[in-house]
Amino acid sequence: MNDLYEVFVRGKRGLNHVHVGSLHASDDEMALRNARDLYTRRNEGVSIWVVKASHITASSPDEKDPFFAPSADKVYRHPTFYDIPDDVPHM
Amino acid sequence: MTERSEGINKHSTSGHSSDEGGLMTAVAETDLARHFEHTIERDQRIEPRDWMPEAYRATMIRQIAQHAHSEIIGMQPEGDWITRAPSLRRKAILLAKVQDEAGHGLYLYSAAETLGVDRADLTTRLIERRQKYSSIFNYPTPAYADVGVIGWLVDGAAICNQVPLCRSSYGPYARAMIRICKEESFHQRQGYELLMTMMRGTDAQRAMVQDAVDRWWWPSLMMFGPPDQDSPNTARSMAWKVKRHTNDELRQRFVDMTVPQAEALGVTLPDPDLRWNPERGHHDFGPIDWDEFKRVLRGDGPCNAERIDRRRRAHEEGAWVREAAAAHAAKRRTP
Repeated sequence: MNDLYEVFVRGKRGLNHVHVGSLHASDDEMALRNARDLYTRRNEGVSIWVVKASHITASSPDEKDPFFAPSADKVYRHPTFYDIPDDVPHM
Repeated sequence: MTERSEGINKHSTSGHSSDEGGLMTAVAETDLARHFEHTIERDQRIEPRDWMPEAYRATMIRQIAQHAHSEIIGMQPEGDWITRAPSLRRKAILLAKVQDEAGHGLYLYSAAETLGVDRADLTTRLIERRQKYSSIFNYPTPAYADVGVIGWLVDGAAICNQVPLCRSSYGPYARAMIRICKEESFHQRQGYELLMTMMRGTDAQRAMVQDAVDRWWWPSLMMFGPPDQDSPNTARSMAWKVKRHTNDELRQRFVDMTVPQAEALGVTLPDPDLRWNPERGHHDFGPIDWDEFKRVLRGDGPCNAERIDRRRRAHEEGAWVREAAAAHAAKRRTP
């Protein structure tokens, strides 16, 4: 039971798979079955993804990380950047 | 340390390297510490790969591991009644409940692993008594009414403790607690319903319920931990927002919630000093036997040895399953 797997569950059709936690299993199939027993005992999902934790490459989750800095200073990407007079309808 | 969950293989730690020498590291550390404190002040969550003080990490590992161990050991007192429950309905309910406890343990081990520990190692620490679990699970369950009283009082106290933990500053723990609290409400309600059913039965059944209440009441109050003046880490834990209320606050809340439930059930809580205090707006209650609490925590409770021994045997006797699974996986990998 050596591999750590991350578990993602789709709550219902139309929703994204969402990370719910992790578990240990010796292979992919066992990870899937264990994930069903552990994270969907009450109908929480219609689909499960399991992926070995070692296969995930991640940024730092810290919002201060310079990795995300380039997106912070581009206010012109947001509609509120543009002043439109109030009497222009449907804008 | 194992590489961990919720973001592995950190590909850029820009700015935080220590190769500029001691001074730069110290400056960076102060910066990081300030950012950590600021995150907590703004009531935001600390996530696994954020910088955190070593003491915070150690505290969270201890807190989450103890909680996980409690869920796993907590399967034992009630588990004994699965084969003896009086009807198929009660068996199915109890089985589902004990399965939930196992699930809660696993959610929590999963959260603990985000801090860089390995769950196999945590199991070893439990079996070797290097980590603790809740003192409540060292009391015996000699009667079926104990199943009901555990659901009502023990799970009720656990809910009081756990609801504020849904706002713990440590993200993975808070998220696990949200899922656990949702499931826990069934545990308490099935217990109370079981007791209501017994109270509608014979005199002997009512006496059995009262006896179970007499045995579990005081240990349930001890679940909130030592009184505030003897809880030296409370202040720091509150500052870190890994604890949201003091032990005594939560204990008082539990007593106030439980008294009307006991009245509705028709049982007496075994405390002659228990009464409503209109000035405080709370119930007063009698002194707790903290010597007993310390004894049980130290390992001298009625069932400590039995609980650990059983956990150890389950681990050892299950070794062949883990080995077989690994062998099966290895065999399927080679064509």
